[in-house]
Amino acid sequence: MSINVARPKLTWSERLYLPAIAAGMAITLRHFKNMLFRRTKVTMEYPEEKWDSQLPEHYRGAPALVKDESGRIRCVACQLCEFICPPRAIKIEPGEIPAQDRFSKVEKYPREFDIDMIRCIFCGMCEEVCPEQAIFLRKDYAITGLTRAEMVHDKEKLLEIGGVMHGVVLKWNEKK
Amino acid sequence: MNPTTFFIFTTLLKIVGIVFVVILPMVSYAVYAERKVSALIQDRLGPNRVGPAGLFQPIADAMKFVLKEDFTPAHVNKFYYWLAPCLAMVPAITTVAVVPFGSTLFGVPMVIADINVGVLFVFAIASLGVYGIVIGGWASNSKYPFLGGLRSTSQMISYELSLGLAVIPIFLLIGNLRLTEVVHYQINHGWLIVPFAGDWRNPLGWLLAVPMWISFAVFAIAVFAETNRLPFDLPEAETELVGGYHTEYSSMKFALFFLGEYAAMITGSAIIVTLFLGGWHFPGIPDGSHGWIFGLINIFVFFAKIAVLLFVFIWVRFTLPRFRYDQLMRLGWVFFFEIALVNIFWAAAILTFFDR
Repeated sequence: MSINVARPKLTWSERLYLPAIAAGMAITLRHFKNMLFRRTKVTMEYPEEKWDSQLPEHYRGAPALVKDESGRIRCVACQLCEFICPPRAIKIEPGEIPAQDRFSKVEKYPREFDIDMIRCIFCGMCEEVCPEQAIFLRKDYAITGLTRAEMVHDKEKLLEIGGVMHGVVLKWNEKK
Repeated sequence: MNPTTFFIFTTLLKIVGIVFVVILPMVSYAVYAERKVSALIQDRLGPNRVGPAGLFQPIADAMKFVLKEDFTPAHVNKFYYWLAPCLAMVPAITTVAVVPFGSTLFGVPMVIADINVGVLFVFAIASLGVYGIVIGGWASNSKYPFLGGLRSTSQMISYELSLGLAVIPIFLLIGNLRLTEVVHYQINHGWLIVPFAGDWRNPLGWLLAVPMWISFAVFAIAVFAETNRLPFDLPEAETELVGGYHTEYSSMKFALFFLGEYAAMITGSAIIVTLFLGGWHFPGIPDGSHGWIFGLINIFVFFAKIAVLLFVFIWVRFTLPRFRYDQLMRLGWVFFFEIALVNIFWAAAILTFFDR
């Protein structure tokens, strides 16, 4: 079964085609003129100009580990983030905190904490799931490297991005 | 220095000057202008990385073309495959030989070869340009270039007709095929696009304006088709034919095709300027016999007019969509051919009944 679609009946001026050409030329000339006199807003020229200062608070960039005010790595190596991570980018190797340590009641710390930034999808689930508020998505977005190995952020790199975060979870304070 | 040596010397100087100092840089900067103007039309910024405002982009492009691997596919006909890019570039530049690009400079006429078959030479050489495309398409031994070459052939044949017919009213009026004479006529009687200028009372000028405008429109559109520019770029139609006739070409051979297209645009504009827009003449500027500075200004005026036409070429390219193939043929054979033909009779009738 065929369906016949009625062709629109063109008026005389539409069939002549010339008014349409003139209108089109006028439109492109207007765009050209507006660009020439810099009246049109254009895309930001990225490497020279950046939005860094205007990134919103909820921006999800590279995940990073943070230390608390006493210099302890917040992470207690519970491995929840490793477990929830959809692309399995996080690899944690827990270690035991010795009994004579000031924070011995924390029991575990991450001996190794690697995030493979080639796999990471910046979903923020690690931040959401973390019971210790130890991992955060920061505002770094230009993660580059020349090799695959370079793209794996180890503990030092993650702490360097993360820095220190003050007074959010205080349950490991000795006085408690 | 005897006259013959002087003639040979000045001619060589003019050839080198016009081809290597004016045309070739103009070709490469036409590519830059194309990218920049298209960017501005499409609300982008265009090339702006190499040099101030991207002005060194053509040099970078040339470097890239030279350094790329010049790859010859195994399945091509080697001889014609190598010949085609040359055939695309050479006729486009050769046409400049008869175009008067200035008045005189130190008493030397600014035209390389002032021959009495001027415009016929232009048509003869310009239509050779199609061989580059056809041979390139055929020798590539590949279906897309082949289709591009075929399309180019039929397109050229169709539009060459209206191209030739459109200029006949001009030569009916002037009675001389020499292009320098065409320019001199326009200096004395007003540019052919405004034949009534100067002598406002004469009804002949007003009557002639109509066939001249029609000639101008048909000729300009046919030049678009001859140079394979949108909306008539069927031979290379990226969306349908990958790259058209130059699909199999790379490196400098591709660059020759590419530059040949722009050189053809420049020479096409030069012909339009000479025939309709008064050549190197601009009202109020005397010719080169009044001092060499005016000679230089005349040359500058000529190329400024070409630059304006090149802008129109680019502007049209980024406004109008490509014609469908049957529409292209219909337009060429059913409209422009007839319009040009009727126009000749009309112009002839006017010239017969209102003799100047």
